[in-house]
Amino acid sequence: MSDFLDFAAEHLPYILAGVPTTLALWILAITFGFFFGLVLAWCRIYGKKPAYWASTGYIEIFRGTPMLVQMLFIYLGLPEVGLTFDPFTAAVIAIGLNTSAYQAEYFRGAIQSIPQGQMTAARAMGMSDLQGLIFIVLPQALRRVIPQWSNEAILELKFTSIAFAIGVTEITARAETIGFKTFRFFEIFLIVAAVYFVLTATVAQILHIVERRTAVPGLTLGR
Amino acid sequence: MSALLEVEGIRKKYGQFEVLKGVSLQLERGQAKVVMGPSGTGKSTLLRCINYLTPPDAGTVRLDGEEVVPRNLNRIRQQVAFVFQDFNLFTHLRVIDNITIGPRRILGLSKTEARDRAMRELERVGLADKVRAYPAELSGGQQQRVSIARALAMEPKVILFDEPTSALDPELTGEVVNVMKRLASEGMTMLVVSHEIGFARSAADEIVFMDGGHILEQGPPAQLFDAPQHERTRRFLRMIGDQVGDAAAAGEGA
Ligand SMILES: Nc1ncnc2c1ncn2[C@@H]1O[C@H](COP(=O)(O)OP(=O)(O)OP(=O)(O)O)[C@@H](O)[C@H]1O
Ligand SMILES: [Mg+2]
Repeated sequence: MSDFLDFAAEHLPYILAGVPTTLALWILAITFGFFFGLVLAWCRIYGKKPAYWASTGYIEIFRGTPMLVQMLFIYLGLPEVGLTFDPFTAAVIAIGLNTSAYQAEYFRGAIQSIPQGQMTAARAMGMSDLQGLIFIVLPQALRRVIPQWSNEAILELKFTSIAFAIGVTEITARAETIGFKTFRFFEIFLIVAAVYFVLTATVAQILHIVERRTAVPGLTLGR
Repeated sequence: MSALLEVEGIRKKYGQFEVLKGVSLQLERGQAKVVMGPSGTGKSTLLRCINYLTPPDAGTVRLDGEEVVPRNLNRIRQQVAFVFQDFNLFTHLRVIDNITIGPRRILGLSKTEARDRAMRELERVGLADKVRAYPAELSGGQQQRVSIARALAMEPKVILFDEPTSALDPELTGEVVNVMKRLASEGMTMLVVSHEIGFARSAADEIVFMDGGHILEQGPPAQLFDAPQHERTRRFLRMIGDQVGDAAAAGEGA
């Protein structure tokens, strides 16, 4: 046991030094996914035919193929047509594009769950459709989507680990390095799993507080 | 001087079914008109055509001499408030914010100006103590009074009411009807779809009876209620009279 603790004490700092990379990757990707997901949801709900079909096709393709394949395609495939990214950027793009497809569907469901009368009332008082969306529909839909969105965000936090496959030195990549140096894979992956667990538990807690703080009677379902 | 609101020759079809077959009416400044008629006659459709929530197929709407067209629609709607049967208060906003959001975001009032105005209107509907409540924490009658305050805070030229009490329990209609009576007596211009005989008799300048997409007859309450010209009108009044029992306990008929 004390041997394990010594091992952990020795290598934890190196692992933890990857946390900023993991978090940066995650935050950039889900933020991109948030805004692009909103645009996709808008296209699916209000878009004319071309926008509707483009966004629907996009969502189906990105949800229907593995994220690792998407990432390898962006990092290794696109350079062949002249688009080259460093590993970190490629990972942000891959995870961001992928999560936007999932977030879009959650946003669409939440927006469509808001009763029509809300938008009607907004228009009746003289708001444009965009104002109605921004001031009335989205604030309600975003509150409703928090539980699903939290799941998605936490899933993506764990998915940042696949960026190690293209050489981003986030925490999983660092664990692998130590593993091959010391050949103590058992311990090092236990440690890295614990680090992920602390991260996801913290994020879950924060999002849970956000959900509680923004809750409004009559709007959020259940609970 | 021309009427404040002039509706002329409004037609509206859903598929093959013509709901409105050329409806015209005028509303003078300060006038309150009540529209009655059997279910499915096009009363709601008429109100929604007036502010183009449902664009009419033909006909014109003029407010203060200005014709409503797509270009000025949002500006006209600021002056034609709408009170819905099911209230449609903004669920995520407290009472105060439900009322200030229009003045702030649409009319561009400052925060304090909008707040003062909202408080004034809330007092007018007797709900000043509910400023911080959310819609879901209010009774139906209170929600409808807030939605009237929300309409008033836009300082509209006219308010359209679509069966404002028909979603309410009978014991709650009184509080809403009282607010509407007061508005009428203060000179608010109102077009009200309602089967509240009590309100219609005491507050309306004119009753409009609609049937089958037409206006069948209209006139002062005394004339329309006590000496209706058409058999259809008589039959309708008998029917809501039977359902209602007496005007004081009036729930919505039809
Ligand atoms: N969006 C729509 N699509 C198709 N038909 C519609 C639509 N809205 C209304 N209708 C039809 O138009 C007719 C008139 O409806 P409207 O709601 O205007 O009647 P109403 O006089 O307000 O009736 P009620 O007293 O029941 O409220 C009805 O037959 C209704 O089914
Ligand atoms: Mg109706």
